[in-house]
Amino acid sequence: MGRYVIRRLLQAIPVLLGATFLIFAVVFALPGDPIGALAGDKRMDPAFAAVLREQYHLNDPLLLQYWHYISGVFQGDFGTTFSKVPVSELMAGKFQVTINLALTALVLEAVIGIGLGLWAALRQGKATDTAILAVTLLLISVPVLVTGFVLQLLLGVQLKKSTGIDFFPVAGAFDGWRSYLLPGFVLAGVSIAYLTRLTRTSLVETLRADYIRTAIAKGMPRRRVIGRHALRNALIPLITYLGADLGALMGGAIITETIFNLNGIGQQLYQSVYLREQPVVVGIVTILVLVYIVANLIVDLLYAVLDPRIRYE
Amino acid sequence: MSETTPAMPVTATAAVGSPPPPLAPETKPGYVEKPASLWSDAWYDLRRRPLFIMSSILIAVLVVMALFPSLFTSINPMDATTCQLSTARQPPSAAHWFGKDNLGCDVYARTIYGARISIIVGITTTIVTAMVGGLLGLIAGFAGGATDSVMSRVTEIFFAIPSILGALLILAVFRTGNVWTVMLALAVLAWPMTFRIMRAAVITAKSQDYVVAARALGAGSGRLMFRHILPNAVTPVIVVATINLGMFISAEAALSFLGVGIQSPDISWGVMISDARPRFLEAAGPLLFPAAFLSVTVLAFIMLGDAVRDALDPKLR
Repeated sequence: MGRYVIRRLLQAIPVLLGATFLIFAVVFALPGDPIGALAGDKRMDPAFAAVLREQYHLNDPLLLQYWHYISGVFQGDFGTTFSKVPVSELMAGKFQVTINLALTALVLEAVIGIGLGLWAALRQGKATDTAILAVTLLLISVPVLVTGFVLQLLLGVQLKKSTGIDFFPVAGAFDGWRSYLLPGFVLAGVSIAYLTRLTRTSLVETLRADYIRTAIAKGMPRRRVIGRHALRNALIPLITYLGADLGALMGGAIITETIFNLNGIGQQLYQSVYLREQPVVVGIVTILVLVYIVANLIVDLLYAVLDPRIRYE
Repeated sequence: MSETTPAMPVTATAAVGSPPPPLAPETKPGYVEKPASLWSDAWYDLRRRPLFIMSSILIAVLVVMALFPSLFTSINPMDATTCQLSTARQPPSAAHWFGKDNLGCDVYARTIYGARISIIVGITTTIVTAMVGGLLGLIAGFAGGATDSVMSRVTEIFFAIPSILGALLILAVFRTGNVWTVMLALAVLAWPMTFRIMRAAVITAKSQDYVVAARALGAGSGRLMFRHILPNAVTPVIVVATINLGMFISAEAALSFLGVGIQSPDISWGVMISDARPRFLEAAGPLLFPAAFLSVTVLAFIMLGDAVRDALDPKLR
């Protein structure tokens, strides 16, 4: 087990370096002069500009710049923006918003996805099953861009207008956890559909197993057969799916953040790309890549915990 | 029960003159003479699926709309004189079915003309990623060893980068977004998925007896790859490509909405959604109509993908 973890972590290093270098090189290739842009419409004193360029290693070749950056990251230093704000400080606040959003989405995904999948599996082949599968097709097909605006209009604005109660506040992240409910659902949409389909398939398969027939044959109540025997075994692939999805939800949150005015990492990345703030852009992507790698590792290890037949060596 | 009982004697008497009823897959009408291949079997199966028929009709209409938008509307939205600022955000009427947008342009005509970019981006990106990812996957899976390891590590790097943020960065490098840069950004981030699927399929096909037999008969690498392995490994790639087509259309709209994709005066549903957004709460029409077309288009391609998958891969049913 320990050796497996170490091997996986070692394998993750080239992925991390490759991904950060790729992003670093892309930002390096961005058009425009970040130092000149600092002075706005005025002309910057050339001597001062030269000092700043030297300070941020902007005159160095790409590989050397990358080396300066990545050796800092491995010591926990993500650098500073051109306006002297530490990147880690800047990112902390933004990541808080995105993590809140992604976790809300993940909880909604787990509850609704597994619930609908369970319902469909128990009514397999009946009208309920067909209806649920049709809903998942719709959820997969309608882009976040569309669900976001439609739900914002219907549940965020019209519902408040007609009832006078603000069920789903949609004016940014100012109303505590409730302001994440609607955006979280919008973000989770496609994942809910996939999880529903996965739960249904997994449960239908498990219900065919011999131990389920044995449990029914010995007269165990139906609720217990499903809850204790079937669902627990069917859960294994679902948990791995949920774990791997966290990174995807965080990386894909930018559209949802834009629609609902949530000032998360997607928004920050968008701004920083235009200010050519290399450390911020690369920092955000580095953390997202880390989340992706660590989440996948945890999921693989969890697999062995949930299913004792799997051993890692 | 009530239906089958009277039907029995009818079939018994009619069986003399008419062909026997189809029982096993081998006796499907039209395929009695030659053995049914996977493709003819899949086509036979597809033609009978309501999901396939529905999505094909929708896609056919959308393709005609993309090729000849003037068949659907007499207004040319590329001509700025058709817009009247004084009629901005006019609600739908007999003359302007979907109303007017923030600049007083006809929303219906713009929505119709917007189909072209979505269809072009979707189809081209799908073909390019399937070709590039498929070819590299074929090479990696067939060659194995160090070639495979290096190529697989490279795709892992791409998998770790969140795709919408990566596309945003690539488009920012070009500064001006247009159809070409959007397709490039999407293809650069999407090929590893095709690669992975093709590679897995090739590795499975490689060890089959017919490949070993062909190799024993002296077939070279090229012949093995393209005549023996590729036809037997291409199915999963086609399935994923069809489903991805809808996703590319959705991604184009998302990037155009963020302002890095297609730019005005080009018309794309994402640009229309982005333009209508500031006054969305006063006039929802200019946003909701292109949004509805976008959703139906993506839905049509995903339904097609589902139908193709079910027909080509009976195991998943």
